[in-house]
Amino acid sequence: MTAQKPPAGARPPVIQIRQVIKSYGHGDAVVHALRGPSAPGGGEPLGVSLDIAEGDYVAVMGSSGSGKSTLMNILGCLDVPTSGRYLLDGIDVGHLDEGQLSLVRNRKIGFVFQSFNLVPRTTALAQVELPLAYAGVRAAERRRRALAALSLVGLAERAGHKPNQLSGGQQQRVAVARALVTAPAMLLADEPTGNLDSHSTEEVLSIIDGLNAAGRTVVLITHEDEVARHAKRVIRLMDGAIVSDVRQAEVDGPPPALGVEVGV
Amino acid sequence: MLWQMLRFALGGLAANKVRSALTMLGVLIGVASVILLLAVGNGSSVAVKDSITALGTNSLTVSSTSARGAATAAKKLTVEDAKALATATDAPAIKSVAPVVTTTATALYGNISYQPGSVVGTYPAYFETANQKVARGDYFSNDDVLNSRKVAVLGSATAKQLFDTEDPVGKKIVLGSTPFTVVGVLQAKGSTGFNDPDDVVIAPLPTVQNAFTGFGSVNQILVQAGSAEQTTEAQNDVSRILLGTHAIADPAKADFRISSQSSLLTARESTTRTFTVLLGAVAAISLLVGGIGITNIMLVTVTERTKEIGIRKALGAPRAVVLGQFLMESTLLSVLGAGLGVLAGLIGSHFSIVGIKPVVIPESVLGAFGIAVAIGLFFGSYPANRAARLRPIDALRHE
Ligand SMILES: Nc1ncnc2c1ncn2[C@@H]1O[C@H](COP(=O)(O)OP(=O)(O)OP(=O)(O)O)[C@@H](O)[C@H]1O
Ligand SMILES: [Mg+2]
Repeated sequence: MTAQKPPAGARPPVIQIRQVIKSYGHGDAVVHALRGPSAPGGGEPLGVSLDIAEGDYVAVMGSSGSGKSTLMNILGCLDVPTSGRYLLDGIDVGHLDEGQLSLVRNRKIGFVFQSFNLVPRTTALAQVELPLAYAGVRAAERRRRALAALSLVGLAERAGHKPNQLSGGQQQRVAVARALVTAPAMLLADEPTGNLDSHSTEEVLSIIDGLNAAGRTVVLITHEDEVARHAKRVIRLMDGAIVSDVRQAEVDGPPPALGVEVGV
Repeated sequence: MLWQMLRFALGGLAANKVRSALTMLGVLIGVASVILLLAVGNGSSVAVKDSITALGTNSLTVSSTSARGAATAAKKLTVEDAKALATATDAPAIKSVAPVVTTTATALYGNISYQPGSVVGTYPAYFETANQKVARGDYFSNDDVLNSRKVAVLGSATAKQLFDTEDPVGKKIVLGSTPFTVVGVLQAKGSTGFNDPDDVVIAPLPTVQNAFTGFGSVNQILVQAGSAEQTTEAQNDVSRILLGTHAIADPAKADFRISSQSSLLTARESTTRTFTVLLGAVAAISLLVGGIGITNIMLVTVTERTKEIGIRKALGAPRAVVLGQFLMESTLLSVLGAGLGVLAGLIGSHFSIVGIKPVVIPESVLGAFGIAVAIGLFFGSYPANRAARLRPIDALRHE
């Protein structure tokens, strides 16, 4: 249920959520998107608690509507829980003001949305430059790093294309490039391969594996066991509560898929 | 060919550009109307001021007020009053005095019959006091007055009516039933709108009294002060002397009224000020409407782009940056609109509007421009703020 304790001497978990509940609506119509286990005797929901260690690679699975995206939005500081606490790097996010939150979103977190969410009428290059622009990086440097990120996802020659001129898979890869261009410590990806064929899926996953191997913490949501196989740890959600939490590989080791490839 | 190119260009100004252009038009109209309407108001006040100073700012008009109560029948103003004023030794501020009778009569020249606005009987001092100058011929003299000669000076409008292009000097006209010799024609002063100072026949006082009004009272006494600064002093002197000749102890019971051109000026000025304020209010409302147009468009823009705002915020755009982006758009709209409005207002002020030559008030240009830009900032900041305050997830979920 609770995450395994990281090996002794390692740094404290980068993500700690405590008794987090997220509900929508009021009264009888209330929906608990995140609720955790119920108190003994079928009482009030206790909320979801979860620790994620630095450098971990977590796949979140679960049926549609089980609360995966809700959890992810909270982890990405895009949404706030109805109750409970979220500590990022030991800091309670609930106590941060708007300015600090936008700094966290910009510097610490790379977010890949379930539905790409590219800025309309904007070229792929400008798209990827956006987080750097908000971080105050100078134009030449911005361009260099954005192009590097785009070529990492294999889209260097599509830099001048606008979203409506890109295929779904290409848009997804632009979104990945945009999430990793600031070299964030944490990559949060909501079904980054949901719209991709198996080939593109492997491409995107190998990029993510590489990032994790470089020490970044990765949390990704998926419906596919093939994708979950790449993670070091698999968490399953059902009706807003964690129902299983399986470790597939050591936090400090390489991502399992990368290891397999190396091994083969 | 040119038309074809123009059509392509217009086609290119599709969608949002049309919307922005219309918004800018709203601001443009607001700013232009502020500048123009205030210029019209100012223009009319300048015109009034000019025409009143043309009448002479250091002249005073004494007129009798109608009877106060049944017991004391008000004493009319008389030539003796005028003489008392003229001969007073202790009133240095009074420079000259001219009693005035006014009547109407039909003038005949040949087979042309015309009724001038007024027939005035007075002394030669009248001309200087009322700031009337002859263009042709000469004034009548004190000698003419003493001998009750039948001579007349015509206003330019009257001369035009009776003589058209002919030179009236030396010609004989018949006024009522009395023949008069025209000795001079006055310069045109221009109408102030209420009565035409050029439509007049001026003749020696006793001549007019003899022919028309009889030797009773006079309608007015025109007093000229030594200078514009001395009018108040002169007014006090006139009041004191006339209270003496009318044997009235209480100044509050005075049976005459002294008005100066400067008091007339103040009255007229306050009228035109009201006029200007009204025009300004209308203009300000249209400026406000332009501002509301900006708000409206910015709200639409923000609503349309809420999802984009969500993405930007999720990527770490600080609130100030989102705010700045939308404020910039609304400010650009208002600055461009206001700039064009200033241009339109300045161009428009070159044409005379309902007979008034607009006189642009420089402050109104700066003010209207400044206010328009401020309105853009102010009204644009509401939607911009709304956009910037959105929680990323709410913005992203926006449909
Ligand atoms: N804004 C909202 N208002 C009301 N209910 C919501 C809202 N957002 C999510 N929910 C509900 O919360 C629950 C969890 O939604 P969530 O988006 O987290 O599901 P998910 O696990 O990501 O599903 P999927 O795999 O289809 O993406 C769902 O039942 C959904 O209807
Ligand atoms: Mg989801």
